[in-house]
Amino acid sequence: MKIHKYDTVIVGAGGAGMRAAIESTKRSRTAVLTKLYPTRSHTGAAQGGMAAALANVEEDNWEWHTFDTIKGGDYLVDQDAAEILAKEAIDAVLDLEKMGLPFGRTPAGEIDQRRFGGHSRNHGEAPVRRACYSGDRTGHMILQTLYQNCIKEGVEFFNEFYVLDQLIVEEDGVKKSAGVVAYELATGEIHVFQAKSVIYASGGTGKFFKVTSNAHTLTGDGQAACYRRGLPLEDMEFFQFHPTGIWRMGILLTEGARGEGGILRNKDGERFMEKYAPVMKDLASRDVVSRSIYTEIREGRGCGPEGDHVYLDLTHLPPEQLDAKLPDITEFARTYLGIEPYTDPIPIQPTAHYAMGGIPTNVEGEVLSDNTTVVPGLYAAGEVACVSVHGANRLGTNSLLDINVFGKRAGIAAAEYAHTADYVELPENPAAQVQAQVENLLSATGTERVSVIRKELQETMDANVMVFRTEQTIKTAVEKIAELRERYKNVSVQDKGKRFNTDLLEAIELGNLLDLAEVMAVSALARKESRGGHYREDYPNRDDVNFMRHTMAYREVADGGKDSIRLDYKPVVQTRYQPMERKY
Amino acid sequence: MATPTMDKLAALEADNGSHLITVTFRIRRFNPEISEEATWEDFQLEIDPKERVLDGLHKIKWEMDGSLTFRRSCAHGICGSDAMRINGKNRLACKTLIKDINPSKPITIEAIKGLTVQKDLVVDMEPFFQAYRDVMPFLITKGNEPTRERLQSPEDRERFDDTTKCILCAACTSSCPVFWNDGQYFGPAAIVNAHRFIFDSRDEAGEQRLEILNDKDGVWRCRTTFNCTDACPRGIEVTKAIQEVKRALITRRF
Ligand SMILES: Cc1cc2nc3c(=O)[nH]c(=O)nc-3n(C[C@H](O)[C@H](O)[C@H](O)COP(=O)(O)OP(=O)(O)OC[C@H]3O[C@@H](n4cnc5c(N)ncnc54)[C@H](O)[C@@H]3O)c2cc1C
Ligand code: SF4
Ligand code: FES
Repeated sequence: MKIHKYDTVIVGAGGAGMRAAIESTKRSRTAVLTKLYPTRSHTGAAQGGMAAALANVEEDNWEWHTFDTIKGGDYLVDQDAAEILAKEAIDAVLDLEKMGLPFGRTPAGEIDQRRFGGHSRNHGEAPVRRACYSGDRTGHMILQTLYQNCIKEGVEFFNEFYVLDQLIVEEDGVKKSAGVVAYELATGEIHVFQAKSVIYASGGTGKFFKVTSNAHTLTGDGQAACYRRGLPLEDMEFFQFHPTGIWRMGILLTEGARGEGGILRNKDGERFMEKYAPVMKDLASRDVVSRSIYTEIREGRGCGPEGDHVYLDLTHLPPEQLDAKLPDITEFARTYLGIEPYTDPIPIQPTAHYAMGGIPTNVEGEVLSDNTTVVPGLYAAGEVACVSVHGANRLGTNSLLDINVFGKRAGIAAAEYAHTADYVELPENPAAQVQAQVENLLSATGTERVSVIRKELQETMDANVMVFRTEQTIKTAVEKIAELRERYKNVSVQDKGKRFNTDLLEAIELGNLLDLAEVMAVSALARKESRGGHYREDYPNRDDVNFMRHTMAYREVADGGKDSIRLDYKPVVQTRYQPMERKY
Repeated sequence: MATPTMDKLAALEADNGSHLITVTFRIRRFNPEISEEATWEDFQLEIDPKERVLDGLHKIKWEMDGSLTFRRSCAHGICGSDAMRINGKNRLACKTLIKDINPSKPITIEAIKGLTVQKDLVVDMEPFFQAYRDVMPFLITKGNEPTRERLQSPEDRERFDDTTKCILCAACTSSCPVFWNDGQYFGPAAIVNAHRFIFDSRDEAGEQRLEILNDKDGVWRCRTTFNCTDACPRGIEVTKAIQEVKRALITRRF
């Protein structure tokens, strides 16, 4: 075991982690621990754009953006946070441009903007061009640009280090962060990083679904590390299902495709979104479009022999426009489906995409241990966190924005805190839990296989807690997850070595997914209403009287060691916008 | 409406995934914890030919031999984790479909060449990223920062578009015979990323980057074998980018 000491440790090198690192490295001695090489992070997969009311191509302002974000989130958004997001968006985009990001340009040489779902002019009048983009590779450009600037700033990376435990110490009844414990992939060695500040920027948790746009590595490690140490997780029942994933595979086809004029059609060729969202049509918010697609499928208007998908039709758009604005996604259709988007519609289905919930933070990125108390020295930003700017449903292009705005904020706040604070003393045997976990898995001889349990988990999640949920389906999922968590105790790995043991790490990642899936399902069961991405067929309406509040899920451990989930609730911050019925 | 591709769509949709075929993956295994020798190992698997080579590797890892080791993340050609030599050519395992690489014969899979193999298909990427860092891959400007964005015409933006697509997968560099013989050579990927800035109208350090590439291990080592262009999974015209850098070195115009 090795012990390292840094002012600031950042967990994750995606957009949020690297944006934070650029700030904190200037101000404090910083280490970035990342399980992937930074440029492999899933921010690179983001396609369509990053929202900011630059008003480069038509009238726009941050107040409209704030409103759209709140409405898009079905009023579960904390309105003070949304206002910061929309206001600071403009500088966030300009910062990236100055760092070198090659945005698409208008004829006048300014940053070009395109339409995206849920973003509107003057509180819902008509779609507005607010998304700054670079082809359909905006995330790739953000990730590359941030990595380039990390090199420029001399950011210190520990690549292929997996953070597996968060060290929390109670001093005078206050929970404080003392550092993290990480596992080095290349050697199997365990490292303790003592730090005054720790920032989680470890991304999402989509791999508990089968059909998903998320990478294999998005397994919620950061959320799980904090949750196991008694910190709450907020709004985990809210997961976004993006309308247009490649049929069966889940690979994302950006909403920018509809922003450029693409149309969703059922088997009769009908533009069905006109029925469900007369104004915004194909550009209504994602939860609305995903439900509409499944309604078409359920009512027998799905495409193909099994009627299990619909079409994204781009055939009326000029090939030059597709080549210029959507080169990657058209190539995905060619590579993975063997069809030509110039002439054929693309078979699509909703795909599990984005976790609105996560580690609760305030607007400075400070992590909360209950509704109001901050954990000194602990921060989170990006998809791992819940500020909450996305509420019950995130608008497209608001996450690339979120990682930049709150990544920067967390980086500054963490570094500044490190200047004023002392190290919290490490607990005795800081690596004990990780050591035990690793040794147990390596010596286990049980008969359960990681891949089998993971597959069953993904199948139950897809079947029971996806776009449509009922008490019965969620209960089925809860029971199945409990069974799988039991069986997980009997899991063994074949690779017993120390070097690059990805077999072992997949087992650990599965443990994280199981814990988080349970939190999601239990939170969903208790929310007896429909709001944003959480749709209960048995409670089809939003219920502001009982559920205009954030879920806070805590892990409780009984004396015998058996764990359970305790749910609590946190008020939503409302400033100027009164909840209204959501229409597009 | 029965165009040839519409038939393709109909065929695609009618396929219920039951056309499994049996293929052999012949994989170059190496684990110094067990042996200093690398060996070939055959695995037979049932797979839908429309699946990716990466899906096949997962099947092996998840159902047959958990110790098989490779990097991967996004599974759709965006993150650059899984460049490997498949049937003697560098490709991304997640972007190569079984049906496209003659599955009737054993499919050979080995680590990319020129970088030290650490275990099975995993190589040491550090020298590759070092060459990348050496070309100063970040925008360098002088003078005061403007308050708004720097302006750039769509034509100027287009000038370096091709080289912005790089995902640093190393498929090009590790297919280059010059790099195999001498790891000191910067390699195509680093030159591609230098190109991305040299030809960006906003950048003001082109001369400095050209000097770096004028070095004995720089751009003149390229012998225009086009291996890199063939290998690039992003379709970047790598050789052309290198030629443009060479030309800029001669004319000092870019
Ligand atoms: C296909 C796709 C397209 C998208 N398109 C858009 C879009 O157009 N606009 C938009 O706004 N949003 C989009 N999103 C959403 C957005 O891209 C993501 O929410 C955002 O990029 C997440 O960034 P992040 O920095 O939080 O996490 P990530 O980029 O996922 O980075 C996570 C980092 O954490 C590290 N990590 C994870 N676990 C550990 C651990 N245990 N130890 C150490 N390190 C760890 C990883 O190595 C990685 O570096 C898209 C998402 C997807 C999947
Ligand atoms: S130029 Fe192409 S092959 Fe080379 S590293 Fe970049 S993406 Fe990979
Ligand atoms: S797994 Fe990301 S490029 Fe292949």
